Amino acid sequence: MADYEIPETREFPIIPSIMEGAMAHSTPFVAGEEFQSDMGFPFTEEPGQLIDGWKERFLELMEEKLSKYRSLQVFMDICVKCGACTDKCHYFIGTADPKNMPVARQDLLRQVYRRYFTFAGKRFPKLVGAVDLTEDVIKDMYSYYHQCSECRRCAVFCPFGIDTAEVTMAARDMLAQIGMGQKYSNQIIPKVHKIGNNLGLPEPALVDTLEGLEEEVEDDIGVKVRFPLDEKGAEILLVTPSADFFAEPHIDGLIGYGKVFHAAGVTWTMSSKASEAANFGLFIGSYEHMRQISLRIRDAAKELGVKRIIFGECGHAWRVAYNHLNTLAGPWDFLDQNYPIPQHILEFTKDCLDRNILNIDKSENDHMTLTFHDSCNIARASRIGDTPGSQFTTPRQVIQAVCNNYHDMSQDTIHDQTFCCGGGGGLLTDDLMELRIKGAQPRMEALKNVSKDHGVTHMAAICAICKSQFTKVLPYYGMTMDQIVSVHQLVSNAIILEGQGEEAEDSDEAA
Amino acid sequence: MSALSILYVILFYVAMITLVAGITNKVLQYKRVPAPLKIAVTPAPLTRSGVAYRFFTEVVLFNSLFRATKWTWIFSFLFHASLLLAFFRHLRYVISPDSFIWPLVDNMVVQSFGHYAGFAMVVGLLGLLARRIFVDRVRYISSPSDYLMLLLILGIAGTGLSIVYVAHTDIVQLKQFIMGLFLFDWQNLPADPVLLAHLTMVLLLAFIFPISKLLHAPGLFMSPTRYQIDNPREQRHLSPWGAELEAKDGRNA
Repeated sequence: MADYEIPETREFPIIPSIMEGAMAHSTPFVAGEEFQSDMGFPFTEEPGQLIDGWKERFLELMEEKLSKYRSLQVFMDICVKCGACTDKCHYFIGTADPKNMPVARQDLLRQVYRRYFTFAGKRFPKLVGAVDLTEDVIKDMYSYYHQCSECRRCAVFCPFGIDTAEVTMAARDMLAQIGMGQKYSNQIIPKVHKIGNNLGLPEPALVDTLEGLEEEVEDDIGVKVRFPLDEKGAEILLVTPSADFFAEPHIDGLIGYGKVFHAAGVTWTMSSKASEAANFGLFIGSYEHMRQISLRIRDAAKELGVKRIIFGECGHAWRVAYNHLNTLAGPWDFLDQNYPIPQHILEFTKDCLDRNILNIDKSENDHMTLTFHDSCNIARASRIGDTPGSQFTTPRQVIQAVCNNYHDMSQDTIHDQTFCCGGGGGLLTDDLMELRIKGAQPRMEALKNVSKDHGVTHMAAICAICKSQFTKVLPYYGMTMDQIVSVHQLVSNAIILEGQGEEAEDSDEAA
Repeated sequence: MSALSILYVILFYVAMITLVAGITNKVLQYKRVPAPLKIAVTPAPLTRSGVAYRFFTEVVLFNSLFRATKWTWIFSFLFHASLLLAFFRHLRYVISPDSFIWPLVDNMVVQSFGHYAGFAMVVGLLGLLARRIFVDRVRYISSPSDYLMLLLILGIAGTGLSIVYVAHTDIVQLKQFIMGLFLFDWQNLPADPVLLAHLTMVLLLAFIFPISKLLHAPGLFMSPTRYQIDNPREQRHLSPWGAELEAKDGRNA
């Protein structure tokens, strides 16, 4: 583990006093020529340089954004600087840098908006905090718009619903279009376009991985659970984050989905073309990229002739799927209208549990005491289930249906007040490790406290980014990486498939 | 008519036209700009009446602010509630005693609450100002205009209270002046300095409303995170420019 200053975790949260410039050095790698051009963004000789005429271009782009996004136009105008959001961001709590206060982050763009687009800012810039657009302002934006995970916790508390994520997305897109794209996201998105997933796993590798998984599960429980790929005529298309194919604990979740489908007796398939639920087009604020990535799923669904689409455990992917798939890749008139389009895997599993068609042995999870981490994009930007807030109850009901020991973390750190894992929104990259560790502080604090008070041993999550981030940062806070588990991993542990018991007894006798 | 009265007649008309035209222009701009994506902050209502209820909790009770910070909520609520009461109390200066709503305005409850509201407003504003000065986070995000706005409204409240309790003005003459503005039958304005200060600051507030953060009042209702219904799976949401993209490549066919 590299050496970072780890924020303290305390019994009760404390709002830090501001420390100006504390995170001014935190900047992700800028995308070079290769990735910028793959994305259709302009580039310069040196990554980090601005294109010729960048200032005019930026203002032109800003005018365009303001005319295309009502959210941005309204949010630029209506903030009253009341301060309600100032202590709500996990990056502010973890770093104390005032520019990580949501309103200050918005102000990086608002100060320019006021200078060039408002009467008061044009004539009395000092009075209203308007500033000229300079290279330093751009550098500041690049740094601090990449210290926002677009988690929307600030928007919950804003009296006007101002969502900093909207500002961050707009700013990142404008930055990319003057030569300041972020390497991490711009490296990943072309892989989805070309190969089908964020990891760049081609079809043969995927086939291999899934065959291996089938063998592994069969060895383990003695039942052949299928993990089909590109099977035409299947009823359900499963779209899941590519981390589910190999990363821990993600893959245990994938095994869980497979077992639930198996037990439910439905036919399903994954697609090599749409072998990725994640949609980083959201993170970089590009409607066009987000749409192209979504359209892969439409194409795959048509080609395979499926009737339903189900998404695996992934936070922002579910936000895009739930809120935007209909907009970007609809209409979905060729799918079975009796089911939600798209459906979340937890909705499917919950329905199976409600119908009592799964054989569950809760004691299989008795070695753990669980808590649940609400992922930001699921908590505040989507829904799982039929009623407002069912995104909080559904995962908890599923966990409690398969586990005996469960405790929630402190009330002000769950549900719509949940804290981001610290690695969401396109920040899950090693060049932002310090930020990721510090940003995890509020969640780590809540987890430590519930562990101490209620003996919680493991935290379940339903987001690939959360799982990867916690695997990495838990050790920095004195915990272990295997303390983060997938919700469907718990389902997988507890579910007893037909034929599973006999096989196990047989093998016991053989042993 | 005195030159002073003529000046204020002109200022009143210009201020009211600026206020109405400015806000209308802004609201029309917000309406014109599409919201291309569903971005309701969830849990969000599933129906239109649910959205109405959400706005009720936000506009009347300041629900989100209450969850965010109790101190700001107390001062802010005190200020805005007082503003509403003061507004009702002032209606007696613009409504004819012959009007059918006159009894609703000219009664003990409205008038006495209106008086207390003046003091409550000052308390609320001083609290908000104190937060801006003493809380390091709020101080960091404040521009000069943020302080001046509070001072301006404090000035309006202070002069208003002075007219009631210290430096009385010819209230009958004032009402004739105001009614004259509505009827285009212009009358003289009492030339009391405190009254003039009160009116001047109110006019200034009207002028800066459409070009300042005071736009939060109409803007609140135009915030997609709050007004959108949570039904993206049931109903396809498509903006005009999103539809253009589709038409261009035909991939959604």
